[in-house]
Amino acid sequence: MKLQQLSLFLENRPGQLREPCEALAAAGIDLLTMSLADTSQFGILRFIVRDPERAKQVLQDAGMIVRMTEVVPVEVDNEPGGLARALIAIEDAGLGVEYMYDFGAASRGGKAAIVFRFENPDAALAALSAAGIRVLPMEELLPK
Amino acid sequence: MSTWNDPPGGFHPISAPDYLPREQLAGIQLQRLQSVVSLAYDRQALFRGRMEGLGLTPSSIASLADIARLPFTVKTDLRDTYPFGLFACPMEDIVRLHASSGTTGKPIVVAYTQADLDVWSEVMVRSFVACGMHRGDVIQNAYGYGLFTGGLGAHYGGEALGATVIPISGGNTERQLMVMEDFGVTAICCTPSYFLHLIESAKDTKTDLSKLRVGVFGAEPWSDSMRERIQDESGIRAHDIYGLSEIIGPGVGIECVEQRGLHIFEDHFYPEIVDSETGEALPDGAEGELVLTTLSKQAMPLIRYRTRDVTAIMTEQCACGRTLRRIRRIGRRSDDMFIIRGVNVFPSQVETALLRVEGTLPHYQIILTREVGLDQMEVKVEVTPEVFSDEIRKLEALQQQLGASIENVLGIRVKVTLVGPRSLARSEGKARRVSDLRSL
Repeated sequence: MKLQQLSLFLENRPGQLREPCEALAAAGIDLLTMSLADTSQFGILRFIVRDPERAKQVLQDAGMIVRMTEVVPVEVDNEPGGLARALIAIEDAGLGVEYMYDFGAASRGGKAAIVFRFENPDAALAALSAAGIRVLPMEELLPK
Repeated sequence: MSTWNDPPGGFHPISAPDYLPREQLAGIQLQRLQSVVSLAYDRQALFRGRMEGLGLTPSSIASLADIARLPFTVKTDLRDTYPFGLFACPMEDIVRLHASSGTTGKPIVVAYTQADLDVWSEVMVRSFVACGMHRGDVIQNAYGYGLFTGGLGAHYGGEALGATVIPISGGNTERQLMVMEDFGVTAICCTPSYFLHLIESAKDTKTDLSKLRVGVFGAEPWSDSMRERIQDESGIRAHDIYGLSEIIGPGVGIECVEQRGLHIFEDHFYPEIVDSETGEALPDGAEGELVLTTLSKQAMPLIRYRTRDVTAIMTEQCACGRTLRRIRRIGRRSDDMFIIRGVNVFPSQVETALLRVEGTLPHYQIILTREVGLDQMEVKVEVTPEVFSDEIRKLEALQQQLGASIENVLGIRVKVTLVGPRSLARSEGKARRVSDLRSL
C-alpha cells in the first residue's frame, strides 16, 4: 500500500523547523516518522502523518509550500542483511530508489519498516510483491 | 595639437575649450545645437515625428533656453529602432559601431563617423589632461576591449594624448600586476572595484606599484569613501570619469585634480537637469535626472537623452580654472537599473530569465555585495508550489537552471539561492527588488 508523504522546503537557518512543527502541534497532528534532507543552502523535511490532507491544509494555511508524494513502506527483517535482501529485489527489478528512511515507530516483532521513495511506486509495488516482500498497510504503521 | 617640445604636464592646447569664457561657449553651443537639431530633424524619422507632434521645426530653436521645448529621447527609443533606426548618416560615412552590454535580447547599437571618433578622442585627451596625465605616461588600459566603449575609448584617447598605451584589456590579475611593475605603469584605466581587487592582489604578490600615479575609474558607481580607500592604499590619485555609450562612451565628464565634481565637456555635450517624474527643467544646484544633448555628434545625434543618472549641476567656478560646469558624482539612478562589473542590469532582465525557467514569475530579490573589491550579485528566489520537489537533486537542478538562464541574459555569473515562500520582504505588497549592500 502506498502512503502519502508530505514534504516542506526549509531554508538553512535557525528556527526554520520550529514553525511547521508548531503549526502541526496546534492542530493536534502527530508526526509518525520524518526525515530531513539537507544541503549547504536548504533542506527538505519529509514526514508521514495519519491524515496527510488535513496536515497539508494546516501547513498551507500557515503559508508553507507542501508537496505530497507517494512513498512505499516496506517491511524488512530486523537483522543483519534484512535491508540488503529488500534492496536486491528492488535492484533486480531495475528500479531506482530516490531516497529512503527508517520508520522506527512501526518496527515490531523482529521486523523493521523502511519508507522508500521510488521513481515509479507502482512498478516497485509489483516487484516487491513478486519477490515476496511485504508492503505495510497504514494500520500496521500506527503506534500501538 | 600638442607639439614635441611641450613640457609634460604643462598646458595642453587641446584643453583650450575647457577654459572658454562662458558667453563664447554659449555661442558655440547654440550654433551647434541648431545644426544638430536640423540634422536629427532631417534624418531621424522618430525625432521629426515628435517635433511635428509638438508643432516645432529646427527654426524654433532661437536660444539655448529653447532646448527645454524639445522632445526627450529615451533608452527604449534605441531599442525600438534597433539596429540602425537612429543613424543620421549613410553607412558609407560610418566607421565604427559599438553596442551596449548585458541587455535582454537585442543590444543598443551606437555609430560613429570619423569626425565622431575624433571628438571622442579629443574629449578623452581633455579628460586625461584634467587628471594630470601627459605624454610620457604609461597607461595600462584594463577596460574591456570590444563592443563596450570603455576599452577603445580610453585606448585612442591615450594614444592621442601621446602617452604609451598598453591594451591589456580586463581580467587576468596576475598578468596585470606583472605588466604594471615591469613596464613601469604610471596610469591605469579600469573599474574602481577592479582596481581595489588589483591592489589587494598586489599586496599578496608584493608587486611594486610605486610608479603608478593616476587612476581613471568609471563604468560603475563609486563614492568618495571608496576613493579615499583607493588613494590611501595605493598612493595614487583616483579620478571619476563619466560617460555612456549612447552619448559617446567615456569622456562625457571628468574629475579634474580638484576632485570636486565632474566637468562636463559642454562644447560637445549639453547638460540639463530635469525632474525625473515630470520632465520639467530644474535650476542649477537642484538634484534631478541628467539629460544630455550631443552637440557635435554626426552618425547618431541624440537630443535631450534621458540618462536616468541622478545628479545636480554645481554652480560655483572650479578652482582648477576650467569654466566648464560640473555635475556632482553620480550616486544613484532614477530608474531601478544598476551597474555591476560594468554591465547595466535592469531587474526586468532578471525577471525574464526567471520566467524562462519557471513559467510564472516567482518572488525574488537581487542582492549586490562587494567582496574583496569584486562586485557579486546574488538572486534569492522564493520556492513556489509549482517548482518545489521532495527531491534534493531536482531543486539543485532548478537552482542551476535559474543561474544559467540569468547568466545567459546578463552575461555575468550570479549566485542563485532558493528561499522559503514569503520569506522575502514586501513593502506595500511590492517586493523590494534590489538590495545594494556594496559599500561604494
